[in-house]
Amino acid sequence: MMRSKTSQPGQAQTGRSDPDSLSDKLSRQILLANWEPTDEGLFQRQYLLLVGVLILILIIYVLRLWQLQILNGARYRYLSENNRVRLEEIPAPRGIIFDRHGIPLVENRPAYHLMLVREDVPDLDGTLEQVAAICGNAPDELRKIVEDNKATRSFVPLRLMADIDRDCLARLEARRLRLPGVFIRVEPRREYKFNGSAAHVIGYLSEVSEEELKKDEYKQYAAGESVGKIGVERGLEPYLHGKSGGRQVEVDAVGRRIRLLSETLPIPGRNLWLTIDAGLQRKVESILSDHIGAIVALDPKSGSILAMASSPTFDQERFVRGLKAKDWNEMSADPSHPLLNRAVNAAYPPGSTYKPIMELAGLQEGAINARSHLSCPGFFRFADRNYRCWKETGHGSVDPHRAIVESCDVFFYQLGMKLGVDRIARYAGLFGLGEKSGVELRPESPGLIPTSEWKKRAKGVAWQKGETISISIGQGFDLATPLQMAVAYAAIANGGTLWQPHVVGRIEGSHPEDVTEVGGRVRRKIPVAPEYFKMVQAALAGVVNEDRGTAKQIRMASIRIAGKTGTAQVVRMPDNVSRKLLARITKDQERDHAWFVSYAPAEDPAIVVSVLVEHGGHGSSTAAPLARQVIAAYIESEPNGPAQAEAAPVPASNHRPSSG
Amino acid sequence: MVDRRLIENFDWWILLVFFAIILVGLVALYSALYQQIQASATNNLFIRQVAWLLMGLVCFVGFLMIDYQKLKHFSLWSYLAVVLLLLLVPVVGTEVNGAKRWLSLAGVRFQPSEFMKLIIVLHLANYFSSHEIKTYPRLKEFVVPVLLTAIPVLLILLEPDLGTALMVLIAAMTLIYFIGIRLKFVLILLIVTLPMIWPVWNYALKPYQKERILILLSPERDPLGAGYHIRQSKIAIGSGKLWGKGFLNGTQTKLRFLPEKHTDFIFSVLAEEWGFLGCGLLLSLFAALVYLAFRVARRSKDRFGALLVIGMTGLILWQMVINIGMVLGMMPVVGIPLPFVSYGGSSLLTLCIAIGLIENVSMRRYVFHSR
Repeated sequence: MMRSKTSQPGQAQTGRSDPDSLSDKLSRQILLANWEPTDEGLFQRQYLLLVGVLILILIIYVLRLWQLQILNGARYRYLSENNRVRLEEIPAPRGIIFDRHGIPLVENRPAYHLMLVREDVPDLDGTLEQVAAICGNAPDELRKIVEDNKATRSFVPLRLMADIDRDCLARLEARRLRLPGVFIRVEPRREYKFNGSAAHVIGYLSEVSEEELKKDEYKQYAAGESVGKIGVERGLEPYLHGKSGGRQVEVDAVGRRIRLLSETLPIPGRNLWLTIDAGLQRKVESILSDHIGAIVALDPKSGSILAMASSPTFDQERFVRGLKAKDWNEMSADPSHPLLNRAVNAAYPPGSTYKPIMELAGLQEGAINARSHLSCPGFFRFADRNYRCWKETGHGSVDPHRAIVESCDVFFYQLGMKLGVDRIARYAGLFGLGEKSGVELRPESPGLIPTSEWKKRAKGVAWQKGETISISIGQGFDLATPLQMAVAYAAIANGGTLWQPHVVGRIEGSHPEDVTEVGGRVRRKIPVAPEYFKMVQAALAGVVNEDRGTAKQIRMASIRIAGKTGTAQVVRMPDNVSRKLLARITKDQERDHAWFVSYAPAEDPAIVVSVLVEHGGHGSSTAAPLARQVIAAYIESEPNGPAQAEAAPVPASNHRPSSG
Repeated sequence: MVDRRLIENFDWWILLVFFAIILVGLVALYSALYQQIQASATNNLFIRQVAWLLMGLVCFVGFLMIDYQKLKHFSLWSYLAVVLLLLLVPVVGTEVNGAKRWLSLAGVRFQPSEFMKLIIVLHLANYFSSHEIKTYPRLKEFVVPVLLTAIPVLLILLEPDLGTALMVLIAAMTLIYFIGIRLKFVLILLIVTLPMIWPVWNYALKPYQKERILILLSPERDPLGAGYHIRQSKIAIGSGKLWGKGFLNGTQTKLRFLPEKHTDFIFSVLAEEWGFLGCGLLLSLFAALVYLAFRVARRSKDRFGALLVIGMTGLILWQMVINIGMVLGMMPVVGIPLPFVSYGGSSLLTLCIAIGLIENVSMRRYVFHSR
């Protein structure tokens, strides 16, 4: 301990009270020279004040104890012995889901669960047998539930039977006084107004899993709570879920409620208004019902999804009743994968529907122009291999318009070689291919647009020029979802605005002011000159409306449709076998996927329809007629001009909920 | 060679009261954990608490041995070391119930924030006892101690652990109070902060944040959380009446009605089973401990020793006041354990060290080393 020489010994002295002799004083001063002076005198005030406060606090505490234990002791003793205060949860009703016109798609209905508090049951086995007899269950089933929950504490209510029917409920209620410890818990459950319709968009609920509970996203959840698994139920879970309330109740010795002490009401989940049109949705589903595939219809002026069907669909009610392990296995083993949303989470080679994007890239990059002519002898020879055109006799001299109208493969082979893989990928990326569209539905596939760098990274080999030929017609590594193609064609139809597609139009809470309008968000303006868009739009209209167009058979008198057929190879075509021969020898599972991506009316597009039929064969024969039916159904439902139904889109992104 | 005067000046009364409180605590804890003990006689929290207690006693003896003056040399380093540990907590800490407070070392979990309580007292006592600082220091001399306090308090708040952060703050404030803070500084502080409450409350806070503060102030607003605890706690305490229901006879606490009964709400277990008299006994023991500790502080012959004892006593004292006030439903519900009684290893260890340091100062009050 160092003490500075400047401090005064006298200060140290003041603190001492028992100096006897001068020598004593001196020696003490010398000793104290190594110490700081004591602050005894100065701390005196602090001690007094603190001790005073402490005594006051102690007196208050003793008085409080006196009040609780002596004055009110008898009452509290009574409360502790004869009554019990219980905590009951009041589950929050989940948000309701409406279509764009306010037609409810999903509502809530009360479900009645039979609960049992073992602690309040005098004769457990007898009670189980009685309950089983009333509801016609096997007593062993109930015993097993009790057995399985041995580890949970005896005051925790066990759910013996979930969602019991009305008859059983009535019989139980009549005998409830003779069944202490048994009670009914009411819980809101999902009710699907059109079961199976828009099932992939809406999604389904199931109990939160153990892994999910560990995630931050589900921090507030308790085991046994329901969470959305796919569709908007999953994507907008935080909005739909609400917050459960609860009540403190006084119960008697057998668990009957005596008095409500206090209550916190649950906060219901927010309601969703989808952009889906329920009527159109069901028509689209019936149009698709005989096929495996997907149809997406959206508004090119806002990115609002009007209908989205994925076939086969699934029975949502099955999840409400509680899916047994057997049902689940059956569903996930189904080779047609009914739970898969093919519109969003399945990616297919886009085939010829990719060509308009190729052409826009070629025009913008100057690789071709309106007057360019490329010759098609029916094949394109590269590195000792013949790459065939679908038309074996060839198209002759082809200009950009005809190349799309007649879907000439050789034209695009040559264009692709001029552009190169990375320039193609850049334009495909601008149209939103190879990236997630950002729709609220999850999970979503990003598809795939290869680049030379990607090939090196993923496959460890350099890009081969021959592969550029395949991707020029949307084959090879190219993969896109039906939704991505719809969004890309919407951008072609509206002259270059790439929307973030959305299915949620409005989120409204229980409070009248708590309403969020969700507008479309513009992802980007595609940097391609307007006259090139005009050229491609004219060519797409030609596909349907010119006599040599590949989809001429779907022409309609009432409305001009524009679109592009596509046939996506499933099996690699052998070099020297013609397509016609191949089509004859392949089996159903190896048949090509059929695409048709279209919009209408061609002059002022109001709806984009993207159709994919798995193993459907040719786009023109299988997919295009489905698109036509969808467009016809749309015109029927919107007789006064389609665009009016949609409110002006909100361009800014700040109205969007941050989902997830 | 142990100096004879060291033994002479050892305060046996403090040791006696310390052991008495520990004993009362074990009795209450045994009862609170009775169901667990019955389920497994070898693996339960009571056994663990006894193990922590034995470690605590070793630490108690250990901290008697070293001359507290030597601690001055370590105070800055130990402060920096614990701040470092606190910085590590969000990175490698263990998360329990959404709060990251624990570090694991060789399988033993501990809370660095608990040790911060001791270290802040040690380091501030050291800082204030340097001769440059007079009592009633000037405003600028408070800059360093305020920073020294603010850094760990913020780190602990972020864990989040409101209770421990509060205790570190209160321990520091106790020392500042003793070294002397001029009334005008307090007034300046109030004048600066009080007018800010209104705009902050009305504009800066979101409704749910306000609700949380309101629940803290009146638990009845949250009948499912804090309000439920308080109601059950009151029933438990009140039903004890004068004599209590007797050891292991508590019904309210035996059943699950009282959550956190072995940690923050242990006092209500004692109150239910031992009644008004049991509560009176524990309060008297705490009062005696504070009286004896303050006597040590007043007798100590240097400022460092006095401030060290005051700080350590403050830790015990304010935790007791806040915990019992909360259990009696007179203070907001904040997670602060009852010293020596609540279950909690790091806390118990910290408190044993605190008592060790108080005794340490007591033993060396007349010992003058000539160096």
